[in-house]
Amino acid sequence: MLEIWEGMKAATWLVLTFDADLVEIAMRSLFVTLSAVAIAALIAFPLGAWLAISRYRFRRLVIATLNALMGLPPVVVGLAVYLLLSRSGPFGVMGLLFTPWAMIIAQVIILTPLIASIAHQSIRDLWAEYHDLLISLNTSRSQRIKTLLWDSRRALLTAALAGFGRGIGEVGAIMIVGGNIDHVTRVMTTAIALETSKGDFALAIGLGFVLIGLSLTVNIAIHMLTGTEVRDRW
Amino acid sequence: MKRLFLTLAATLMFATTASAESLKLAVTTSFHNSGLSDILLPEIKQDTGLEVQLIVVGTGQALRLGAAGDVDAILVHSRKAEDAFLAEGNGTHRREIMYNDFVIIGPESDPAAVSEESQTVINVLQRIADEQAPFVSRGDDSGTHKKELALWSAAGITEEQRLPRWYKEAGAGMGASLNTASGVNAYILADRASWLNFGNKGTLKLLFAGDPTLFNQYAYIPVNPAKHGHVKHSEALALEAWLTGPRAAELINNYKINGETLFTFNAEAMLEAAE
Repeated sequence: MLEIWEGMKAATWLVLTFDADLVEIAMRSLFVTLSAVAIAALIAFPLGAWLAISRYRFRRLVIATLNALMGLPPVVVGLAVYLLLSRSGPFGVMGLLFTPWAMIIAQVIILTPLIASIAHQSIRDLWAEYHDLLISLNTSRSQRIKTLLWDSRRALLTAALAGFGRGIGEVGAIMIVGGNIDHVTRVMTTAIALETSKGDFALAIGLGFVLIGLSLTVNIAIHMLTGTEVRDRW
Repeated sequence: MKRLFLTLAATLMFATTASAESLKLAVTTSFHNSGLSDILLPEIKQDTGLEVQLIVVGTGQALRLGAAGDVDAILVHSRKAEDAFLAEGNGTHRREIMYNDFVIIGPESDPAAVSEESQTVINVLQRIADEQAPFVSRGDDSGTHKKELALWSAAGITEEQRLPRWYKEAGAGMGASLNTASGVNAYILADRASWLNFGNKGTLKLLFAGDPTLFNQYAYIPVNPAKHGHVKHSEALALEAWLTGPRAAELINNYKINGETLFTFNAEAMLEAAE
């Protein structure tokens, strides 16, 4: 209990003094997860829309699999990416292991099914509504996908933010492929794990508070930029 | 938003390209949790210009990373495993750097009465097993874990006799295992340095030390460039030269917590002039 109080003090102190190490790892956390969300969204949004408007064999199985992959265990993804990027693995020559890029790759794998699933759900509902209209206008498939993506942008934002939420708090995969190297691959979550292992609970939970604050700031910033929840608008 | 992002990306790119003279060193959790690395790394950077990037893992995993060529050198403490590593041609040579000792940590109340009754660490483990007093094992194939298993077998206590009721395998690093021991008031084998630097001691106390079998040697092994052409071998040798030099000796021997010495430098000058 005392640690939580000490942690709050530590968090306040770190933020107020603009601690250089803290700023660095917080920025790296943001860089890794925002990059991963951006790449995952680029894959997942069109994929979700395509899965919603197309009719293909085993459709139910495909969608169920996609939904199941939302629960992909990060530590398994981390291990798989490690084995692929290891110098003894197939992509070893690229020398990506223990760099931020390896962390981004792992997170893209974790986030894409999550974002695609949520995107698919909302686009499917919208497609049911738009189906007759878009068919009667004789639109091409890419036109339909574009229309649906644009008109469900709020839901897609939620999908991206859900991905951000999962990525920013993730530690299992990035610990393995990043290695938690100081000044290179250390991010908020791996720093918290490190301080916990040192028994410095106050600093660990202090960093935890900062991470939650960071997540909140990003979410509020994105809502402000997109102009949602203004007065009586939906 | 986009601009912020580009700035971020640029800073990180810069940060990674600026560290051209870097090498990756896999080290044991006990070396890092002791706090010694925080003292040595800035000095290494200053003296040699090398930026040492630490991957902190158990000895078992450190050896695996070295064998796969994912790091340039390793600093570990498990003689048998190191010899096997060299026998497979994964490293060029083994160089002893420093030592400390393992200690038995336990609850202040000392239910197995190990602090007064025992002469050797074998006695200690036998008493703990007789009393079935809670004991936390690293359980992660680290150097400390290997040492602990060797001690149990020397004490004649088999795996079947170590019941999960009192023998708890944490499967975690030194610090995390100490946290577990602190939480359940258990005995644990730790290296002295990690114990002294540990922040969550609770009611735990150092109960037994000083048996010569508890000697804990740390050794440095550069990964073999003949096996993995990309490893930074000359940097690894430069780091070795520094780690075995007078500046390292001074820093390691003078690193103290609460007035206690954590490590003793014992690197010897290279006999063969091969390098």
